Amino acid sequence: MTDGPRLNGPPISQDGANGSGLFQMAPGSELGLVVDGSLADGVEVRLNQQTSVEDLKVGTFVTIQGSRGKFFGVLSDIALGSSDPRLKNNPPNVDDPFIAQVVGGTVAFGAITVVPNLIMSAVLGDGQGPVAAKTIPPHFSRAFTATEQDVAMVFGSEDQRHFWIGNPLDMETKVCLDLDELVKRSIGVFGKSGTGKTFLTRLLLVGILQGGRASSLIFDMHSEYGWGAADPENNRFAKGLKQLFPSRVSTFTLDEEHARRRNVSTDEVVRIGYGEIEPEDVELLKETLNLSDVAASAAFNLQQKFGPQRWMKEFLDLSGRDAVFELANEIQVQPHALGALHNRLSRLKRFGFLVEKTDHDAANSIIEHLERGQHVVLEFGRYGNDLTAYILASNLLSRRIHDRYVNLKESFEGGSGKEPRPLVIVIEEAHKFLAPAIASQTIFGIIARELRKYNVTLMVIDQRPSAIDSEVMSQVGTRLTCLLDNERDIDAVLQGTSGSRQLRGVLSRLESKQQALIFGHALPMPLVVRTRDYGSPESYASLSRLPGALAEDTTETNKERLEREIADLF
Amino acid sequence: MANQSGPHRIGEVVEATSTSFVAQCYTLYNAPPLGSLVRAGDPPLHGVVYRVTTEPLDATRPVLARGQAAASEEEVFRDNPQLERLLTSRFEVLILGHHVQGVDLPVLPPQPPRVHAFVFTSDAEDVARFAGGAGWLRTLLSSSIPAADQVVAACLRGAASAVPDGDGLLLNSCKELAGELAADLPRLNAILRMVRQ
Repeated sequence: MTDGPRLNGPPISQDGANGSGLFQMAPGSELGLVVDGSLADGVEVRLNQQTSVEDLKVGTFVTIQGSRGKFFGVLSDIALGSSDPRLKNNPPNVDDPFIAQVVGGTVAFGAITVVPNLIMSAVLGDGQGPVAAKTIPPHFSRAFTATEQDVAMVFGSEDQRHFWIGNPLDMETKVCLDLDELVKRSIGVFGKSGTGKTFLTRLLLVGILQGGRASSLIFDMHSEYGWGAADPENNRFAKGLKQLFPSRVSTFTLDEEHARRRNVSTDEVVRIGYGEIEPEDVELLKETLNLSDVAASAAFNLQQKFGPQRWMKEFLDLSGRDAVFELANEIQVQPHALGALHNRLSRLKRFGFLVEKTDHDAANSIIEHLERGQHVVLEFGRYGNDLTAYILASNLLSRRIHDRYVNLKESFEGGSGKEPRPLVIVIEEAHKFLAPAIASQTIFGIIARELRKYNVTLMVIDQRPSAIDSEVMSQVGTRLTCLLDNERDIDAVLQGTSGSRQLRGVLSRLESKQQALIFGHALPMPLVVRTRDYGSPESYASLSRLPGALAEDTTETNKERLEREIADLF
Repeated sequence: MANQSGPHRIGEVVEATSTSFVAQCYTLYNAPPLGSLVRAGDPPLHGVVYRVTTEPLDATRPVLARGQAAASEEEVFRDNPQLERLLTSRFEVLILGHHVQGVDLPVLPPQPPRVHAFVFTSDAEDVARFAGGAGWLRTLLSSSIPAADQVVAACLRGAASAVPDGDGLLLNSCKELAGELAADLPRLNAILRMVRQ
């Protein structure tokens, strides 16, 4: 009776203890019976005598064997119960370990609440995946901790379509994102500064690249995704996509010197001609250039006056206040507003990538790479610190690319050409593009709303999701959220999500590193993951490995590429 | 205790009802201890001893005190050898279950034991099989026998000391007891205290 080390000794997992030094239940252990509950609040499971509340944690996966199917859910609450209300006032003599053992689990027992999220098909291998639970298991169904197989069945196993993004807390099972679903709709990566957004994004990009179904265009503000960047916290250098997949990633740069200084080779240098800038770009730069509405809209008058390709050049060529005022009178714009516009737009001249005329069409070149299935990283170099440059270049290029995709898609639907390869455009500081005031005008707002109609979707990376237009947020299909502690940001991220009350608590309790709450289309149910390691030599080895079927695809692409290059040469 | 040695015959049924029976011991003062498990009849039924009495055989002849001059209790019997013939020990047994088709069921038999059926103490195997099963505690707890809680405690203690894995049997039985008395914590506490003494 008293010879065991523990009174209520449950089966203990093979490694004995987890990282926090607490015991934990072995996967597949029986927990108890369903005794009460509802679909809205989850079912109550009375723990059996062998299970102690101390062995369980909120967030643990639980399966409940119903009479027709197996329910998969998450432990959402843990409680202590007693069969006799007098227990509180007249506790048994628990100094005697035997008596403690007798009353534990019988008169005094533990209870857990499990929210059933999914129903798994009772018959394995019939091709039916888990479906959302619209009912609850009956009374006295048995509850178990989920086994690795259960979790793998729900979150998929790593293959060409499923990318391993991380592990559930306290489990070694892989959580895999459905890449097809991921790229079908826009993706949001949120979190406070320094919580691992960049690493999470790198992982997602590797996933998209490995999946091979979509291309990505990354507007790499701080030159972190292409070649790589220092990871000061781990005192190492985090490799970028180019190093992991040299043949499948093309790096473009706006700042050749910066790339040279870093001793990084880039595939192409991007130059943008004044002629490519349109009045709507100026509209978008209103905030960063501190322009009034009147001044910004004057650009449209200028375009009317000088023509689409030439207005910027002609306008910037004006010198002197009088010339600007004269023009203002001519096109009937408030002279001071036009003066301000001239003044602010002249600042753009300091951007080395803006040239009067360019022979090489950078947008076209990027599109060509994307159409070949390449992934393109556009590094901003020193211009990355200048939001004006970032907004201007990314908006301008995205517009061109979007137009091209619209054409391609429409001709495909009309019966000619092939369907454009799905594209994910990655933007950082997304609230600068998608703020409620401007989201309706920027190309990113359009892409976010039009969704997959034209096979172009967005991956928005931001630390202030509350500043993003709610209409755009509602179109984000899969959200990956690191720690957020601002109430409004949390509200914005969870807007329109079922069970947001429970998720709210989870979100604000995330650890500040390597943990993310993921929910949306790419996962069958919301889940907190410990994100996969990125940065160690082993992680690079596993990340840069392409799945078998994909390797053939790559070979094919290389072959095609070779043929094309030969054709180009001769 | 009687349970520890193999089964041996201790008496005969002299009065029986569907729920209990009275047995007379062959030997004066040789009744099984309170709370011990016994079996009677064939196929056997199982029961627990809940009351032991020693009384004159002839109820019309009350027992008189005879030892005023004797130095010890043994001397009283030595000087009055007829006493052993005039007195008898009887014990009352609450029927808890019966054996049917090779299985011990914690339910009452369809018929009470026949009068003159032999009564045996239960051996370790019987105790492990019957007391190790579930359900019989409820019959005992809900009966109207006097001092039922004392009998429960004595029965559990006795059963635990009779079998090799006494600790395991005691723990399981007490857990079942806790389940039965889940809504009556003071009673459970009292019985557990008695079990542990």
